Amino acid sequence: MDTRSPDSATRRALRAAAVLAVAAACAVGLVAVVHELATPRIVDVQRARRVAQLTAVMGNIAYDNDPLSDIVSVHDPELLGSEEPLVAHRVRRGGEAVAVLVNAVAPDGYAGPIRLIVAVDAQGRLLGVRVVEHRETPCLGDLIDERRSDWIHGFDGRSLGDPPVARWQVRKDGGDFDQFTGATITPRVIVRAVRGVLEYVARHHDELFGAAPAPGGPGTP
Amino acid sequence: MDARAILREGLLDRNPGLVQLLGLCPLLAVSNSLANALGLGLATLGVLIVSNLVAALAGPYLPREVRLAVFVIVIAAAVTSVELAMAAWWPGLHDSLGIFLPLIITNCLVLARAESFASRQPLSSALLDGMAMGTGFLVALLLLGTVRELLGSGSLGVGLEMLLGPEFAGAGWQLFPQSNGLLLALLPPGAFVLLGLLLALGNWRAAARKHVAAEPAGVTDTAA
Repeated sequence: MDTRSPDSATRRALRAAAVLAVAAACAVGLVAVVHELATPRIVDVQRARRVAQLTAVMGNIAYDNDPLSDIVSVHDPELLGSEEPLVAHRVRRGGEAVAVLVNAVAPDGYAGPIRLIVAVDAQGRLLGVRVVEHRETPCLGDLIDERRSDWIHGFDGRSLGDPPVARWQVRKDGGDFDQFTGATITPRVIVRAVRGVLEYVARHHDELFGAAPAPGGPGTP
Repeated sequence: MDARAILREGLLDRNPGLVQLLGLCPLLAVSNSLANALGLGLATLGVLIVSNLVAALAGPYLPREVRLAVFVIVIAAAVTSVELAMAAWWPGLHDSLGIFLPLIITNCLVLARAESFASRQPLSSALLDGMAMGTGFLVALLLLGTVRELLGSGSLGVGLEMLLGPEFAGAGWQLFPQSNGLLLALLPPGAFVLLGLLLALGNWRAAARKHVAAEPAGVTDTAA
């Protein structure tokens, strides 16, 4: 017993290790198969979702390019609310840019950053705004979500001069946009973020509404 | 153990959500609507059956030292597969369950059933136990989900099309406007309060029965 014990302990350990390795290999195999099967669907689903999201923001303007691939990188921590570069999508009709969809962040939401997509046409008018990600309080702050209330449509058709810049505030701060009962912070930061995007688009108008990329070429400058 | 006893334990006497209080984190976080509760409940049920099946088949042959580790790997693989499948075929539900879907891996209910029951029982009992415990958890989720959605959103079954497919869009009833709902019911504190009330109800029922039968029975097993 004494003489065999170290040997048998080693054998036990090796056997345990082998069993574990086989189990891990089987598990990885299973996940790999499911991954193979699911990935094409997931890619389709995500693409369809993003197209639907972008289309919803810009309302029903006609366009003929693929905004998902016609992108330009935008970066302005102050106006767009993110230290990281963000993506803006160009919307074209007949090669001419008619609108730009800017991803932006309201970094100071009540419960963390709120991500937005803002659609601006070539005249600097808002086509639409949508909140794409937030963690605001249900029934209070989450009224910024289009599915919850139509508050977000209050931006449709507005621009930097309408209302005047000084009135790009919630009513409580002396502006033209409604706040919610019990939730002022959330609408306040959204109004500020949308105004930031409009200012950014005004400053970078030529570069955002630039010429069409060469056919087949990359969409980014 | 006979089938009746296994079913009775999983659904009532040792209901994982309402008696053993296992997996409280997803139970309370996801049960804010019937659709979410149903989605997570079914996912957990599926994983539980698979892990009990594997545990019953392989358990007796696994060296003691790595048995738990093997179960964890199996559960992780099953959950990851469920998550990928859900992202592909039920994307809406996948989004609304969010992090709680992969977190089924850490639901101690799944590991506990594999290790303490399925690996020591014949295959049929293990399968039945997986179904009973999974259904018990599903029932607990549905119960909380129904009450919370009714109180908080004034609706029932809104969003079920995420699970059943787009042809069910518009399913569910809106009984009164959400703005009149009880916000507390949708937030985690409300879930705790509601769960407490359900537990009290269960204990009251058990105590009443014990009083009638006048025999000592383990009723509130709040293990783990």
